[in-house]
Amino acid sequence: MVWRFLPPQVESLWTLFTAPVVWAIHFLICYVGAAVFCAKPGLFDVDFGAVRAGIAFATLLALSAILLAGILAWRQWGFGAGDPPHDDPTRHDRGLFQGFATLLLAGLSFIAVIMTALPALFVTGCLR
Amino acid sequence: MATLFWVMTCGGALIWAGTVAVLLYAVRRRTLYSEPAASRLIFWAGAVFPAITLILLLGYALWLMPSLRPLAQPGAPTLRIEVTGRQYWWRVIYRQPGTPPVVSANEIRLPVGERVEFTLKSDDVIHSFWIPALGGKMDMIPGRENRLSLRATKPGTFRGPCTEFCGTSHALMAFSAVAMEPAEFRQWLAGQHVPSAGATGTGARLFIRHGCGACHAVAGTEATGMLGPDLSHLGSRETLGAGILPNSQDNIARFIAEPDVIKPGVQMPGFDMLPPDDIEAIASWLKGLK
Repeated sequence: MVWRFLPPQVESLWTLFTAPVVWAIHFLICYVGAAVFCAKPGLFDVDFGAVRAGIAFATLLALSAILLAGILAWRQWGFGAGDPPHDDPTRHDRGLFQGFATLLLAGLSFIAVIMTALPALFVTGCLR
Repeated sequence: MATLFWVMTCGGALIWAGTVAVLLYAVRRRTLYSEPAASRLIFWAGAVFPAITLILLLGYALWLMPSLRPLAQPGAPTLRIEVTGRQYWWRVIYRQPGTPPVVSANEIRLPVGERVEFTLKSDDVIHSFWIPALGGKMDMIPGRENRLSLRATKPGTFRGPCTEFCGTSHALMAFSAVAMEPAEFRQWLAGQHVPSAGATGTGARLFIRHGCGACHAVAGTEATGMLGPDLSHLGSRETLGAGILPNSQDNIARFIAEPDVIKPGVQMPGFDMLPPDDIEAIASWLKGLK
């Protein structure tokens, strides 16, 4: 099974935040990077195309990370074998609930990362 | 902008009609759907469809953006108009590469069909620049330079009010934007580079003697003050006192004598202690500065 190549399941609340954290980091890289590039023209010896390429690279990286987090969450949720709300006070249900919540957050973060990167598709230079 | 409005209105109407149709269907239907079917509906119609629609709308808005805020094109000779908000008037400076800047006040002239870039500043408090007929508004913030790009599509005179409360006479701070045919505009701008033909004479002497030149500049005279509006071609402006009075000799005389009555809180002191004949002579001279 391909699932054996993925990291083992970790029973920790922190995995829940993986995708939103990737989204936040990607957001900061895109916006801070573009802002610094445009505010300090002399600092970098590259044109705006390089900034767009950098944003594209960061976006691919972020999307891959979120996809991985999503797949792990899907596995933790048992690939959708049971239906939500998973609210029994058992260890099993807690795991399923966390997996489902993580999967939803990963979906949200995936879309958010795309929307964050979208301007770089149309903006071709700094406003100076 | 009109296209964007219609796309958004029609798109919104379609989604609204679809939602209402589904609602009516749900109210009338007697039998129930299975839970997995309902979950599928929620997933596709409640999550996937809105996400795709929003991404498409965002993409469309971003696609429009470069034409709304043109990015810097090095080497392209463009007209740049610098407008500085003051309590309670506007300093207007026309900047074009290769020619000296033209300083004016309280009236903005634009060539029809050409994109003009505005640099918006403030020297005292926050003001806001808005010509509703031409585009959205933009704040003028002390210590900052904001940019706005506008294009007039038909000739005419449009009013622009200050749209951020800036003090007692905030409501009395406005300007007119005059959109002219490009050839006419170039001719007008060229005329602004030279002092008015009537810049000398008795009125000019009185203007200097009574100290008006400490705050106001009039090209072709010794008056070079920068605290108040530039009056070099005052006679050719449509309004007086930053868009509040018709530009007549009587109104100019009244403004010299009692500016704080016309415009409470104005920085200019009243000059009603001057001999009435002098006030009349100065007003007549100013009105003649075409």
